[in-house]
Amino acid sequence: MQSDKDIVLEVEDIHKKYREEKILKGVSFKVKKGETKVIIGPSGTGKSTLLRCINQLTIPDKGRVWLEGEEVTHTKKSINQFRQKIGMVFQDFNLFDHLTALGNIEIGLVKVKRMDKDKARQKAMEELKQVGLENQAYLYPAQLSGGQKQRVSIARALAMDPKVMLFDEPTSALDPELIGEVLEAIKNLAIQGMTMVLVTHEIGFARSVANEIIFIENGKILESGSPYKLFNNPEYERTRRFLKKITELYGESIEKR
Amino acid sequence: MIENFLMIYQALPYLLKGSLITIGLVGGALFLGFIIGIPMAVGQVYGSRFIANLIYFYVWFFRGLPVLVLLFLFYFGLFSLLRLNLPAFTAAILVLGLRSAAYQSQIFRGSIQSLGEGQMLAARSLGMSKIQAIWNIILPQALRISIPGWSNEYSIILKDSAVTYAIGVMEILTRGNFIATRTYKPMPVFLTCALIFLILTYGGVKILDLLEKKVRIPGYTFGRKEI
Repeated sequence: MQSDKDIVLEVEDIHKKYREEKILKGVSFKVKKGETKVIIGPSGTGKSTLLRCINQLTIPDKGRVWLEGEEVTHTKKSINQFRQKIGMVFQDFNLFDHLTALGNIEIGLVKVKRMDKDKARQKAMEELKQVGLENQAYLYPAQLSGGQKQRVSIARALAMDPKVMLFDEPTSALDPELIGEVLEAIKNLAIQGMTMVLVTHEIGFARSVANEIIFIENGKILESGSPYKLFNNPEYERTRRFLKKITELYGESIEKR
Repeated sequence: MIENFLMIYQALPYLLKGSLITIGLVGGALFLGFIIGIPMAVGQVYGSRFIANLIYFYVWFFRGLPVLVLLFLFYFGLFSLLRLNLPAFTAAILVLGLRSAAYQSQIFRGSIQSLGEGQMLAARSLGMSKIQAIWNIILPQALRISIPGWSNEYSIILKDSAVTYAIGVMEILTRGNFIATRTYKPMPVFLTCALIFLILTYGGVKILDLLEKKVRIPGYTFGRKEI
């Protein structure tokens, strides 16, 4: 598996249960450099747990994860070494409430990457510009809108120069009119060639940016493939029904917002 | 009336020296309680089951006994058993400080637990170690939230410091008592002592109020609620 140089992230046979309930029952997939994978599926099927198993915020019961050919699970290295390279964006933003937008981005650079303060500040500012928030640099999270908070959290993750970005329902906690700006930021990343794994219900968005859509149900991948295949020619009736339902709920495409 | 004022006027320097001792005692105890209380709170929330139980036991012990019993147990019991020969002042700081650690740890624990789990998750996702996350992300927020509770602890320990009278620490009340027995005028003397305590309580709480305002996070609803 290390032979394929293009593969940035590989997830193999991830299992996880909480008490007696099996959340994940063996999920595997690979993500190539520059690829965007979108994970969809009904709520409670372990999508968020799967993302957290990748950077070991949740320790899987079984299964392995590789980042650029190096094993993340069962590693002798500190897990913190890997987490730096795996950016994560949360549904609830999880910005550090006591730090400004700029401070939120700086802190990882200074404390984890040991960058000196001036350099970190400069880099943090650049990242804020990338998401169009340079004018909000000195505001605190409580002074930002939901969409702005999520863009700061994207910038915070990007500042660490990750090899792959994980998005856990990045727009689910946002007011409808604020979703567009966050999707826009993510789309820009896709265009710039960032490798990404995205859990989302924004099906129109998924359709336009995903290289592959993975449909998870009951802790397993039921079906995966290109958006075209899943929308037009799915193997399973269940996939068709889910996509139809979610399309009615979340609209056709990002452009119509 | 006039001679009462005159007597107080003459006794005041002696009493004020006592209030310096009280301030030193309270400052020392709060400081000791702080530096022990913080790791205790962190250990209780993030430590192993064993450590959490150990801390629970500590808190149970120090919160479960009257401060006077603790003073006697340590000063006449443990400290003399160990032949430490500590001055009463030092012994009082230790006892009040160890006891305050139990209370302070619970103030900080409450604050830490009131923070969302997401703060820790986000910090760890950036590659911070648990210690780094606690130090850089959790504590700066938890300490801010703790100020009102801590202000309470200050005012309580200030008043509790008066019981060190029982082991002969030369604080306000001990000195007041000396003067009262010498002059046979307990009322004006103890009123003066009371006034000094009121001023110290007010001053300290006021300072902590200012600190709370100064470190308040903009936009965060730490202040007055509109509803």
